[in-house]
Amino acid sequence: MAPLIPSQEELQRRRIIGINAETVTNIPSTDFPGHWPGESHSWALDQFKDNFKVEFHRNDPYEASFSLIGLDAAVANAFRRILVAEIPTLAIEYVFVQNNTSVIQDEVLASRLGLIPLKGSVEGINWMHWYRKPSEDDDGPAPPGPSDFNTVVMQLAVECTKNPDAAQDETDPRKLYHNAHVYAKDMTFTPVGRQEQFFTGEGAIQPVNPDILIAKLRPGQKIDLEMHCIKGIGADHAKFSPVATATYRLMPQITIERPILGEDAKKFAKCFPKGVIGLEPVTAEDAKRQGSGYEGHAGEMKAVVRDAFNDTVSRECLRHEEFQGKVKLGRIRDHFIYNVESTGQFESDVLFLEAVKVLKLKCARWKRGLEDLMA
Amino acid sequence: MPASVHSEEAHENDQSMMDAEMEEPVNPILLDEKRVIILPGSTDTAASFQFEGEGHTLGNALRYTIMKNPAVEFCGYTIPHPSDAKMHVRIQTDNTTTALEALEKGFDDLMDLCDVVTEKFTVARDQYKDDAAYAMEG
Repeated sequence: MAPLIPSQEELQRRRIIGINAETVTNIPSTDFPGHWPGESHSWALDQFKDNFKVEFHRNDPYEASFSLIGLDAAVANAFRRILVAEIPTLAIEYVFVQNNTSVIQDEVLASRLGLIPLKGSVEGINWMHWYRKPSEDDDGPAPPGPSDFNTVVMQLAVECTKNPDAAQDETDPRKLYHNAHVYAKDMTFTPVGRQEQFFTGEGAIQPVNPDILIAKLRPGQKIDLEMHCIKGIGADHAKFSPVATATYRLMPQITIERPILGEDAKKFAKCFPKGVIGLEPVTAEDAKRQGSGYEGHAGEMKAVVRDAFNDTVSRECLRHEEFQGKVKLGRIRDHFIYNVESTGQFESDVLFLEAVKVLKLKCARWKRGLEDLMA
Repeated sequence: MPASVHSEEAHENDQSMMDAEMEEPVNPILLDEKRVIILPGSTDTAASFQFEGEGHTLGNALRYTIMKNPAVEFCGYTIPHPSDAKMHVRIQTDNTTTALEALEKGFDDLMDLCDVVTEKFTVARDQYKDDAAYAMEG
């Protein structure tokens, strides 16, 4: 028997997660074989290919927003989680303090340095290997230690001195002294070995934002340290995460089921962010249609849904007596609006592609691992 | 050159090892002892697999694709203890296939899905870039 094909309306109904004043309904996905009697729902690549859509809303180097439509939450969440925790970047991991007479303690300073986002040639980052830390239990051969392919070295050496040219009544310490403020731009990169081929010119390892304040000094105080940057992932420490934020939300849906007119319409529009609800006059045609609820209201203003995209789904409209039963709020189950904000090492759209690649690689590796089980 | 870092030449033996690893960048937390085992008490059509070093990221996505297989009667995943980096996947199938085959198919389907996402994402992004460039000119 050929599998039943549910009607378009039924499929549309299943796509909507209901959002009510106090409850959320229709939460789990039901597109699995065996859930709906007679329907197939088995994995079909062609069908997925036909239904899956990507829409871009914004694509700046450090911030991208796009919709993935036709995906399950399990997969959408995997992409998001990989973006946050499993794409490697470079960050300062070891700080060797030769001298630090500033008021900020060594360990606090080191922690601050670690959190500074770095950037450098992507080719070089990909060329670099993981730095293997010496393991705590001492079995097996010792890891090779720092080398040009696993460690990037940066230096920070600043000394604060008095500025003899400063005006007598000067109070701004930045003018009164040299190097009163230590910024991220004061860090210098020292290429080692083959790093010279990769990290040159624009591609040199440098802080993404040169104006990050690291410490404040006064005359006679000095910071002199060497920093070792290694490749790591966000799961190990947030400083390695390539994104500032990577989030998704579901596309909101607002359905006006019965007419909202006149003053009520204005109040209704105020329940939503600007541009979500619009006001339009009831046309003569609307008024003529029997059972539309617009009979005899020609010329009055009615509320219409303009653009649900910007809605926050605050449910404010559900709190008012006059809108009871006139409006239904929901979210579209398989419409994910991503927002990816890069810290600067990679471009945001590249990051997402990288995340998909990581998931695929994971699968490939594990699948290979299964061969041992077969034997 | 900083004294604490030496250049590659001194490590030629290590390099050959590194090259083999370089083929595919490996996740450091998964680097050591990345293993999958079948938990005791399994039969051909009903088995629990334990993945070391995996979490909800792979677990839930994999569960989804395995559940999409009509020969699978049950599939679920769990992380039995939050401080153990271990993820279990339980699969029960009908007798047209085995749990192991269902797991393999799950991986295959997930990889196919990733390919489609990459392809469509790239097309949409390039289209968006072209449109933006055109808008700038026009």
